[in-house]
Amino acid sequence: MTNGWIDIKNTDMMLIMGGNPAENHPCGFKWPIEAKRQRNAKMIVVDPRFTRTAAVADLFLQIRAGSDIAFLGGVIHYALENGRVAKEYLVNYTNAAFVIREGFKLPEDGLYSGFDPSAQTYNKATWNYQESGGKAAPTENTPPLLPPNVDFDPALENPRCVYQLLKQQYSRYTPEMVERITGIPKDQFLKAADLFTSIRKDGDTKQVATIIYAVGWTQHTFGSQIIRTAAMLQLLLGNVGRAGGGVNALRGHSNIQGATDMAGIFDNLPGYLKVPTPADGNFAGWMKRITPTASKPKDWESWNYWSNTPKFAVSLLKSMYGAAATKENDWAYAYLPKVDREYSWAHIWDDMYRGNVKGLLAFGMNGVAIGPNSQKNIDALKKADWLVVCDLYPEETSSFWQSPGVPPEEKKSIQTEVYRLPGAGFAEKDGTFVNSARWLQWKWAAVPPPGDAKLDQEILTRIFLKVRELYQKEGGKFPDPIVNLAWNYTDPENPSLAEVAKELNGRALGDVTDPATQQVIKAGQQLPGFAFLRDDGSTASGNWLWCGSWTEAGALIQRRGTDDPSGLGIYPNWGWSWPMNRRVLYNRASCDLNGKPWDSGRRQVWWNEAQKRWVGNDVPDFKPDSQPKDHMGPFIMNPEGVGRLFVPLGGMADGPFPEHYEPFESPIANPLHPSQSNNPVVKKFSTNLDKYGTSAEGYAIVCTTYRLTEHYHYWTKNNPMNVELVPEMFVEIPVELANELGIIGGEPVKVTSARATYHAKAMVTRRIRPMTIDGKKVYQIGLPIHQGYRGIQEDAGRVPRSIANLLSPTVTDPNAYTPEFKGFLVKLEKA
Amino acid sequence: MNPTRRNFLRASGGTVVASVLGFNVQKAYAQAQELKIARTTETRSTCPYCSVSCGVIIHTLGDKAKNVTAQVVHVEGDPDHPINRGTLCPKGSSLMQDILNDRRLLKPQVRRPGSDHWEDIGWDQAYNEIARHIKKTRDETFITTDAQGRSVNRLESIAWNGGCTDTNEFNYLVVKTMRSLGVCFLENQARV
Repeated sequence: MTNGWIDIKNTDMMLIMGGNPAENHPCGFKWPIEAKRQRNAKMIVVDPRFTRTAAVADLFLQIRAGSDIAFLGGVIHYALENGRVAKEYLVNYTNAAFVIREGFKLPEDGLYSGFDPSAQTYNKATWNYQESGGKAAPTENTPPLLPPNVDFDPALENPRCVYQLLKQQYSRYTPEMVERITGIPKDQFLKAADLFTSIRKDGDTKQVATIIYAVGWTQHTFGSQIIRTAAMLQLLLGNVGRAGGGVNALRGHSNIQGATDMAGIFDNLPGYLKVPTPADGNFAGWMKRITPTASKPKDWESWNYWSNTPKFAVSLLKSMYGAAATKENDWAYAYLPKVDREYSWAHIWDDMYRGNVKGLLAFGMNGVAIGPNSQKNIDALKKADWLVVCDLYPEETSSFWQSPGVPPEEKKSIQTEVYRLPGAGFAEKDGTFVNSARWLQWKWAAVPPPGDAKLDQEILTRIFLKVRELYQKEGGKFPDPIVNLAWNYTDPENPSLAEVAKELNGRALGDVTDPATQQVIKAGQQLPGFAFLRDDGSTASGNWLWCGSWTEAGALIQRRGTDDPSGLGIYPNWGWSWPMNRRVLYNRASCDLNGKPWDSGRRQVWWNEAQKRWVGNDVPDFKPDSQPKDHMGPFIMNPEGVGRLFVPLGGMADGPFPEHYEPFESPIANPLHPSQSNNPVVKKFSTNLDKYGTSAEGYAIVCTTYRLTEHYHYWTKNNPMNVELVPEMFVEIPVELANELGIIGGEPVKVTSARATYHAKAMVTRRIRPMTIDGKKVYQIGLPIHQGYRGIQEDAGRVPRSIANLLSPTVTDPNAYTPEFKGFLVKLEKA
Repeated sequence: MNPTRRNFLRASGGTVVASVLGFNVQKAYAQAQELKIARTTETRSTCPYCSVSCGVIIHTLGDKAKNVTAQVVHVEGDPDHPINRGTLCPKGSSLMQDILNDRRLLKPQVRRPGSDHWEDIGWDQAYNEIARHIKKTRDETFITTDAQGRSVNRLESIAWNGGCTDTNEFNYLVVKTMRSLGVCFLENQARV
């Protein structure tokens, strides 16, 4: 979230789409309700189903799964046509006025300029700003860079400025086109577009709208672009950086925000540092590639905070390798793996199925049930040499060799050695989670793990130390990073997470002086914040973004201060929020050009002329002494300093503006450009288990998946109370479809995709209605995902041992590499 | 002292109830049990399910003397937590059954190649065998340079799958250890 849970109470308008917080985040949903009750805020819910969130909305629209960009693009079109934009914000805080170079082409035919059909990628050289003074664009053979001085037109009239291109791009997203693609009748769509943009009616700048979403947006082959469309709409309306505004991911797991910050994903190192590639050559080459240089209109300023990247990277390597990382050895750059291909989730299973991945360590992650295409994951595990699972309950992944459909004689041929290790539950572990509002909150252990179960950190550590011992004794391939890894914990076999938390914040290795204030941090002291990080080896920090979380003042992540002096729900002394305890990101944008809040009733930060500083109720997310007249952009993490309506160069794989593409499996051809129906750079897979279906083959029903309030993924099927509340899974089927097929509620049914068949009971409902998509009658059905083949009910034989993700396809978003769990095609039959 | 809800509940176990209610409840009071949480230790935690991060209080009994293991007797929402304000959803409300659950895995086990059953294995032997697997796979497949002769020092044959309730501190230990092995396939629930 750019904002936070409590902050939602400050809003005047909510668009909730791709998420169902009333059912999936019930205790957070009190804040949208608070906004409705206390501010008379309006709530618009757009979802394939009439959910419990929809039940309390002021306006509900039923949408076809996977058509979200068409809807949001239509709202952008409406806002531009009706002057419902924040003009001053738009001109000064976004790249609306930036001019795009000659040769850039919009995707009227479904393709942006630069598409290479043989490689299925784009050459993005034309996706760039024009250099000021009309200078020639960089030649094609040099790696394209952003120009330092950008040509711009604050009148927004230049036909190649971002604003004009944006208008042209979404002029095709008329209410009629929105209706054809999404199935939302034109009059209903117009009602929603009018209501959402009404906050900018007649030039009003006081009111604020928020957009709230979840995996209903991310789990598509264009998921990142759906979220971009939302962000663009919020930039157009001037809602980013403001209390009650922003783009807010609900997030469905307790620490996936933290796992992303901590680089639990292949393409990052902690703090969103991009991993090195073989072409980087050395540390300097790596830094040159990943450290952006400012790109802005001549008279504007850009802080370009990522210019500090080398400080973050050296501090990380000092944290990881201690004395073994020196200036002389390039900060142990050689120790880091260099990658130049994709190693994302779907590729793990694909490479394992192809015999390349031979061993897997899964700690609290049930890859078979999570899918997609679960049978492929099961068959991949059959080919692995070994598997180590650490978990709380018997689950599907470690039991893959006992999955339904494996006959006894096949077990003999499955050569995988499987270790199932009992780990510790949440109540048995301390440490921090990061919630979706970016708050780090410490939790304390209440009880020891039961039986012979152990803390996860002890299990991981003892495996690693044993590997290290083997390399020390026997040698082997490139032992250096293993034997030199810094591991100076008081109890090296079971590191205290408090010690690790302090390591993440970082400390001074030599005396460090702040040049502005002359404040000295002595060697050995905890650093007060990331402004103190250095690229000369005098600081160590495991994650620069969390520097400031455990300082000499103590563990800020353990704070429990319940005061909220501003009444805005900031709670500055509760836990700690990255970065530097700022609760709303980009909050400089909550003020006009002169540094005065757009709304005096919701004052977050402001410019104090007497002190010549930014001050406020929140911590300014900005250079504290940058005077308004200097025109520094509020979006300090972008090299432009402004928000990106147009993403230049390599920022997005599939286009600088979002374009509607059909889900990979779709009942229709894309009405915008039938010959380019899908995302042209979509990542699909090609093993014999990667099958994709079409309506011509009879897969004509759009299927989506979701959670229930009473269950959590594949865990609570082990919990008696939750099983009692909802003992078995079902398929939500529109009444009209059930009538056509002669299905009665409660009957067993089977759902079949091109990949597999899933079994559950029919739940006939009016919550999903038949839709008309591009003139064609289309049904959608919905599957709650919580069934598996190990659980209280499964083990007792009371429910089918069947996983919803047997159905979902392995096909991914080219930006975030998230699979398309939503909106694939199936057929439905009586079982 | 401010009369917080919990203080009030505790006090209400005493005679204060009679004076507040203004009539004699001695008879009823004599039959009332002492509240289950009256003598518990309160531990602050965070619900492990969605990302609202509801504060929870885990109540345990056990005096923490040597050889005594604390027992969880109650789990409730933390009324001081600014986001959830003491509320919990149906999943959070059943957390006690997640902690005390007879389906929990209690000992390390191994399924040998070709076998049709689990066998018990000691921790030390499990660590030794897993470490041996890792070293063997790594040594057989580690890639020092790529086809163009550039240094890559990467391992493409071992994958890590991280879970959604792994703490940040644990995840940092994962980055340290796995990246040092050269692991490229490092992924987490965060991706999906």
